[in-house]
Amino acid sequence: MAQLHHLYLAVGPARFRVASTWRQPLDQLAALYKDYPASQDGYADFTVRLEPEKPWRRYIRPSVHISGDYWLPDAAPLPLNQSLLAAEMGMNLQMALGWRRHLLLHASSVEKDGKALLMTGLSGSGKSTLSAMLAEKGWRFMGDEFALLNPDTGMVHSFPRLISLKNEAIAAMQAIVPDNRFGPLMKDTPKGDIRHIVPPLDSVNKMASTAKPALLLFPRFGYDPALRDMGKSEIFVRLTQASTNYVALGETGFRALTKFVDTVAVKAMDYQSGAQAEELIDGLWSELS
Amino acid sequence: MMHNAQSLVDALRAPDTVLALDGAGWTDLISIARAESLIGSLAHRLADIEVPVQVEPILKDAIQATDLARQQAIWEADSARRALAPLNCKTVLMKGTAYVAANLDAGIGRSIGDLDIMVARDQLPAVEELLLDAGWEWVKPDPYDDQYYRDHMHELPPLIHRERDRMIDVHHTTLPLTAAPTPNASAMLNAAVKLDSDLYVMAPADMLLHSIAHLFADGDLAGGLRNLWDIDRLVRQFAEQEEDFWTKLGTRAKLHQLERHLKRALRMAARLYGTPVCEGRAGKAKFADFLYVRRLLARDGWGRENRKFTRQAFYIRSHWLRMPPLMLTRHLWTKWRKG
Repeated sequence: MAQLHHLYLAVGPARFRVASTWRQPLDQLAALYKDYPASQDGYADFTVRLEPEKPWRRYIRPSVHISGDYWLPDAAPLPLNQSLLAAEMGMNLQMALGWRRHLLLHASSVEKDGKALLMTGLSGSGKSTLSAMLAEKGWRFMGDEFALLNPDTGMVHSFPRLISLKNEAIAAMQAIVPDNRFGPLMKDTPKGDIRHIVPPLDSVNKMASTAKPALLLFPRFGYDPALRDMGKSEIFVRLTQASTNYVALGETGFRALTKFVDTVAVKAMDYQSGAQAEELIDGLWSELS
Repeated sequence: MMHNAQSLVDALRAPDTVLALDGAGWTDLISIARAESLIGSLAHRLADIEVPVQVEPILKDAIQATDLARQQAIWEADSARRALAPLNCKTVLMKGTAYVAANLDAGIGRSIGDLDIMVARDQLPAVEELLLDAGWEWVKPDPYDDQYYRDHMHELPPLIHRERDRMIDVHHTTLPLTAAPTPNASAMLNAAVKLDSDLYVMAPADMLLHSIAHLFADGDLAGGLRNLWDIDRLVRQFAEQEEDFWTKLGTRAKLHQLERHLKRALRMAARLYGTPVCEGRAGKAKFADFLYVRRLLARDGWGRENRKFTRQAFYIRSHWLRMPPLMLTRHLWTKWRKG
């Protein structure tokens, strides 16, 4: 069998061993994650594997199949020039299917004054872009994919992976983030154009510090700016859908989520621009007791 | 990098062997154990070992995950019991669900996927109807597959529950009807043991022989290390609890036409997991045993299946075991034409 190259990464509380037939995705990861704490003792919570879909697809129209300790039977392979995306998806897959130490919410999160703002919603809601934008404006970036909720303490743990920007958000962020923090542009992926940015150094250095969840937003891009209240039962059900391991955690997940819904302020937020969103968020944040 | 699954087998057989592992060795072991669905069993086996702090939470997670799997399996079994209650027929739990429902050592830390039950063959139409009424649906709507199951298999086509998303396999015997051995299904049903829940599990010897038939007379030995671990646990527990277990086992193996399979299973379990076996039942080592070991250990430290040629050979064998040659040709032809 083909030899695999590999690399260890530590992000927040999780450690990954990423193994790949090709050097390319590992070199890209090594460059983009260079300021993350070194993880060289060989331990890992998860192994991600990037291998050709069929042996001959290593060289001929190379296609990257994503698997690892946890895998999905129908995962579509990606072309080699999107192998960085494959590596990131592979790590997400391990977390989504295998992580049990926290309740995972498919949400972005940023922190200020020890308190966390979470934003959740479907792809296209802008949660990733908003977190990236706020991270450039005084907030500490905690993650754009998963918010990790500790079931015992109720605190949010940081999981600051690369920020994944899609389509129009790429140009918008190029205006405020220096070039050297951008990864390669990957065009025409299954999710459109994708380009990663490295989170601000400060958020990487502080990735071990937790925050108390204070505000949860359900952003919706493209509508007149507005804030709406939501019923607790609706919030609860939408969060069960936004959690990848709510069912897998059983009663622990239920307890963590009900406590979260009971204690955190929640709003649905419509907006048409980053500036509008920022204004609405600043207003809400100053009202928090 | 580990080139086979020996470290997992060692850790299960003799937990203190893990003390020699370094960080990368642990990561290999964990990937192998996850791929073989043995991470929960391993975690329980290592309960008294002082493992590195990096590994501790991984094992704790595995224990919690299998605790929940156990609870869900028992709930699923009870859902089937409630659905089938009007029939008043014996519902025998099989495999993982049976081990946890009967509180056997084989159930400790075991991962459990589908619910497997066995009922009398003449009850199948009524069982099918009640399950469909209670929310289970067919998984494979293909008419060829459906007819194939009904004519030649030991179970109904798989059903899945539309709300809970859990599969149920309803068996009427333990091996495909086309396989060479014909286990005596009605004897298995007659000897089944009633649990407090009113569900049944097979009697000890039958339960072990079913596990053996599943591994050595059906399928291509994929995931076989877990199945063999079940066999190890069952043998140890039954041999200790029942004085005449080995005699009964011999009688039942003959009845179910599984004597040869029993011998091989005992030799494999003894060789890999150090299972204490009665020599008369295990027989003398055979050359082919080496191939079985090779196949069972075919997993590298990245968690990948390796030894492609050996695996392929056992895959072909699995079809050979299931069907006579002419039938196999017809089956593969039909499957090929359907793409």
